[in-house]
Amino acid sequence: MSIMAYNGASVVAMKGKNCVAIASDRRFGVQALTVSCDFQKIFKVNDRLFYGLAGLGTDVQTLSERFRFKSNMYKLREERDLEPKTFAHMVSSTLYEKRFGPYFVEPVVAGLDKKGEPFVCSTDLIGCINFAKDFVVAGTASQNLYGMCETVWREDLEPEELFEAVSQALLNAVDRDCLSGWGAVVHIITPEKIITRTLKGRMD
Amino acid sequence: MGDRYSFSLTTFSPSGKLVQIEYALNAVSQGITSIGIKSTNGIVIATEKKTPSVLVDDSTLEKVAPICATIGVVYSGMGPDARLLIAKARKAAQAYKRVYMEDPPVAIMVQEIAAVMQEYTQSGGVRPFGVSLLVAGWDAHRGHSLYQVDPSGTYFGWKATAIGKNMLNAKTFLEKRYAESLELDDAIHTAIQTLKEGIEGQLDASALEIGIITTDHAVGAGVETHPHADSDGMRFRKLLPHQIKDYLDNVA
Repeated sequence: MSIMAYNGASVVAMKGKNCVAIASDRRFGVQALTVSCDFQKIFKVNDRLFYGLAGLGTDVQTLSERFRFKSNMYKLREERDLEPKTFAHMVSSTLYEKRFGPYFVEPVVAGLDKKGEPFVCSTDLIGCINFAKDFVVAGTASQNLYGMCETVWREDLEPEELFEAVSQALLNAVDRDCLSGWGAVVHIITPEKIITRTLKGRMD
Repeated sequence: MGDRYSFSLTTFSPSGKLVQIEYALNAVSQGITSIGIKSTNGIVIATEKKTPSVLVDDSTLEKVAPICATIGVVYSGMGPDARLLIAKARKAAQAYKRVYMEDPPVAIMVQEIAAVMQEYTQSGGVRPFGVSLLVAGWDAHRGHSLYQVDPSGTYFGWKATAIGKNMLNAKTFLEKRYAESLELDDAIHTAIQTLKEGIEGQLDASALEIGIITTDHAVGAGVETHPHADSDGMRFRKLLPHQIKDYLDNVA
């Protein structure tokens, strides 16, 4: 079976009107056995930049620690916050370093740049960036997420509308995937604040 | 070199000075004067290309050099030492771009160059660099900035400065003529005037090298940056000979 589907995970990010959303499921399993339902897959870089990692659990944890190191060093050296695009390129080069022995993750980046413009992108496991105009998906339910996002996403959704859209997209996508689910976490990033909500979906 | 000389040649004197660095600064003071002036809408760095004989083909000598699309340097002191630092700086800029897909901010570039220069004051078997550099650049975070880097690895931000042979007189001259409201064209004129003050005889357009940080991305010659770069940012450009001649004619 595919190593990317060993632990199971799903992550999605969407652009809204002066806001972005990023959401993930909470399941951590070992093939069919569910081991935990509060596994963190989305991480904060700064108040305007989040990223999520879908894929092999150990690589999710190791990479999140590596990115924390790199972004802290950046902040100290450059005396400024990381921009989403810059972070995306940092993720890309970090993954490509391991081109012939890769990290088994599919990252999703979501944030607002310094002008307040929404930004989302995803990369493959070796760092090819997909800059999207609308939404990005990753994980074992990615095919389902593509279908759901295509259906519910519209341009210029306000923060609360965006929350509904991304939540429905994620919840219904993971319901058709045995390896994703067991709860969800949604972050909405606006220029003023971050709204974080934990969803209880079908716990199976 | 390092295996036989594991000890540094730059050692403290009883008074607490690193004499090798003092001597390196002397080497810089023997070098041709270089000027840097910050204006409201750009920076100018300039120097005179002085060759030992009229037979020298001075088109092969480059003292004002681009590091990347948004940063350029000029040096005073030993040419070969400067060339090595410029090569390292260019490589460092590309290494930064490999990770972040952006040109490095000026402050970061300056820190990297300064770190190299400091390394050579504390490593085995090497001597300090016999150059001071004026680094002019632009980044989206801090705008345009002008820095001086010395053989010790110390760096300073400047509004206007001079390094090399005539630096004391030149800085006095600049103190009188510098104003916060100076625009790039005025700054270029002032830089040429300052250089003129230091030399006996005529200043030849072909002997002048001028580099500018400007919003005009097409003036003179420069390094291309990647397609995603800030299209409304400033770039480092070297003035072409006929452009230098125009400025020189206006000064005279």
